[in-house]
Amino acid sequence: MSETEAVAAAAPHAATDGDALLRVEGLVKHFPIKAGLFKHTVGQVRAVDGVDLTVRQGETLGVVGESGCGKTTLGRTIIKLIEPTAGSIFFDGKDITALKRRQMRPVRRDIQIVFQDPYASLNPRMTVRDIVGEPLRIHNLYQRREGARRVEELLRTVGLSPEHANRFPHEFSGGQRQRIGVARALALNPRMMVLDEPVSALDVSIQAQVVNLLERLQDEFGLTYLFIAHDLSVVRHVSDRVAVMYLGKIIEIGSREQVYGAPMHPYTQALLSAVPIESPVHRGRRSRIVLEGDVPSPANPPSGCRFRTRCWKAQEICAEEEPPLVEHPGSDHPAACHFAEVMNPLDLAGQAAVQRAARLAAVQAADSVASEPV
Amino acid sequence: MADPVLSIKNLTVEFDTEDGVVHAVTDVSYDLHPGEILGIVGESGSGKSVSVMSMLGLIPQPPGRIAQGEALYKGEDLLKLPKRRLREIRGGEIAMIFQDPMTSLNPVLTIGDQIGEAIKVHNPGTSDAKAEKRTIELLELVGVPSAERRVKQYPHEFSGGMRQRGMIAMAIANNPSVLIADEPTTALDVTIQAQIVEVLKAAQSETHAATILITHDLGLIAELADRVVVMYAGRVVELSDVFALFKQPGHPYTVGLMNSLPRVDIDQARLEPIPGQPPSLVHRPPGCAFHPRCQLSQGRALCRSDIPPLRPFAGGEAAAHSTACHFAEELIALQAGIREAEPVG
Repeated sequence: MSETEAVAAAAPHAATDGDALLRVEGLVKHFPIKAGLFKHTVGQVRAVDGVDLTVRQGETLGVVGESGCGKTTLGRTIIKLIEPTAGSIFFDGKDITALKRRQMRPVRRDIQIVFQDPYASLNPRMTVRDIVGEPLRIHNLYQRREGARRVEELLRTVGLSPEHANRFPHEFSGGQRQRIGVARALALNPRMMVLDEPVSALDVSIQAQVVNLLERLQDEFGLTYLFIAHDLSVVRHVSDRVAVMYLGKIIEIGSREQVYGAPMHPYTQALLSAVPIESPVHRGRRSRIVLEGDVPSPANPPSGCRFRTRCWKAQEICAEEEPPLVEHPGSDHPAACHFAEVMNPLDLAGQAAVQRAARLAAVQAADSVASEPV
Repeated sequence: MADPVLSIKNLTVEFDTEDGVVHAVTDVSYDLHPGEILGIVGESGSGKSVSVMSMLGLIPQPPGRIAQGEALYKGEDLLKLPKRRLREIRGGEIAMIFQDPMTSLNPVLTIGDQIGEAIKVHNPGTSDAKAEKRTIELLELVGVPSAERRVKQYPHEFSGGMRQRGMIAMAIANNPSVLIADEPTTALDVTIQAQIVEVLKAAQSETHAATILITHDLGLIAELADRVVVMYAGRVVELSDVFALFKQPGHPYTVGLMNSLPRVDIDQARLEPIPGQPPSLVHRPPGCAFHPRCQLSQGRALCRSDIPPLRPFAGGEAAAHSTACHFAEELIALQAGIREAEPVG
C-alpha cells in the first residue's frame, strides 16, 4: 500500500493503471461517406483515429481541440452512444467494447453524459420531474413516493428549487436548463460523467455558475470527469490533466501545469497564443502565432504528421513519418511532434526578457562594431 | 477631439410581442469618433446588436419600433432618412460584417458576383471587368489565397474563416467611413479567430474606418477596442477608455463579468459568478436593472427605486469614464482590497 503511494507520489503524472477508472486503447471511429444511387461507400471520415488515454478516479481530464478534431465523437464513443470501429474501452477494469445495448445498461448507471445544447437535449413535452426521473424509471428504480423525493433532492443539489419540478423546459433559461441536464445525469449516482461542451452555449456570467456547480458536485460525490471543450480558458480552469486533439488524434497530453506552462507541440503553442487575454496591457507584447490555412478534412488527412500543412516547423520527415505521442528530452509529458520543444506563449514575463535580451545584444553588437578600430 | 462620425442619442427601441413590450434598447447614447474602434460588450439580450441594427433600418418594423432617439451620421439623422438614401449609405459609407458568414452570403451567387454587386450598387457604371479586378484586389488584401480562382467559387466552397474574409472584403469594398462588426469571430475556431483579428486590423488600417465592434468577448475587446460601451438589459451601464476600464471597472456588472471569466494565462482557485439570471426585458426590475444580482447594492433602497443615470465615474483615470451606478465609487476600495497583482509583461 505504502509502496504504491510512494510510486504515485514519485510519478504523479505517469499513467499508472491502478487508479484508472476509464482506459481507452487504440480507439478508432470512422464514419463512411456514401455516394451515388446505391449508396456505395466512397471514403471514410476519420473522426477518431487511434486514441489512447486514461482517466483516473476522481480527476478531470480536459479534452480540447477545434471543431472537427473528433473530441465529441471521442466522448460519445467512450460511452458507446456510437459503436467504435476499432480499439478497446475499459471501464473500471472491465472491457466494455463489445457489450450489447442491454449489457451496457448497468455500465450506463456509472457513466453519464451532459450535452452541449440545453435547448436540444431536453424533451420539450416532458416536465422537469419526468426528465430528471427518467433515468430512474429506465433502470426500474423509480418508486412513486421515493422517486418524487429523489427528483426534488436532485433539483436542490443542482441549485434549482423543488417547485420547478412541474414546469417545462421552455420556462427556463439556458443556465437553468443545463442544471436540469446535470440533475438528470446525476440521478443514478454515476461515478463518471462525460461533459460535452457543457458551458459553451451559455452567457459568460452564467458559465461560471455552471462551472462552479460541476466543481462542487465533483467534490461532493467524488465524480470523475471527461470534460470536452473548445474553450482553452475553461479547460485550464476545470482540468487536472489536459489532452489536445487535432484531426482525430491526441497530439499532446499532460497535467494542466505541463500543457499550459510548458507546451511542447507547435499546435498547442499556436492555440495558446491565439486566445485573447482579458487585459489590454498585454496588447502588442505577446508573440502571436497565427497559423495559416484551415484544418484539413478528416476524410483526407495529410500523410505523416497531420498538423504539418499548417506548421512552421514542418520538414520532409513530417510528411513521411507520423510522429508518435512520446516524451522528448527536456520535457516531462508526451507530445506527437518530431521537433517538439518547450515554448510558452503565455509566459509574458519570459517573452519580455527575451525581447530585452535581444535588444541589448543588438545594442552591444552595434557598440562593438562602432568601437572596432577602422 | 474631432467631431464624432456617428452620434447616437437617447435611442429607445421596443418590440411588441405576445408576452408584452420587450424593451430591447432604452435611452442609449454614444459617439463614434473617426479612426477609433469602439467596442460594445454585453451578453445575449443586452441590446448591443439591436442598438446598431435599428439605426441602419435593419430591424423589422413592426414588431420593432424606434420609440425615440437620433442617430446622427455626418449631421444627418439616419432614423429619419428616406429608405432610398439609407440604402445608399448602408453597405457604402457604413458597412457591416456579420457573425455568421454562411447565412449572410447568398449561396447561389459566386463570391465574386456578390462583392462585385456591392461595388456596382454603390458605384453605378462600373464595368464588370473593373469590378472583378477590384474584387480580386480586395480578396488578396484580406488574405484569400489564389483570389483569381476563388472569385468564381460559391460560398459553400469556402471554409468558415475564408467566408468571413469574403465578408470583410465586401464590407471594405467601398471604403466605408464606418465599419460595424457584429460578433465577427464568434462562430470561428480559435486559430481562425486569430487570423480574422489580423484581417480586421488590416482592413481598419487600410480604410481608416471608425469601427464599432459588437461582441460578448472581453478578450477581443481588450485586444482591439480603444473605447468600450458596456450594456446590460438594454442600457449603457459603463463607457470608458479600454485601459481605464480594465484597470478600474466602474460598474458592478463589469466587475462581475471580469471575475466570472476563467483566464487562459492564470490559474484561478475559483470563479466568482454573477448570481441569478439575466432579467426579463418585458418586466425589468425597477430602478437599476442589475440590482437583484448586484453584490454592491446590498438591497439599498435607492438601487430599487431610481434608475441610475450615466454620469462621470469619480474613480476613473480617464476623463471620459462614465458609469450608471449610484455607488460606483465604492468599487475602488473593494477592488483595491482584492485585486491581484497584474502579471508584469
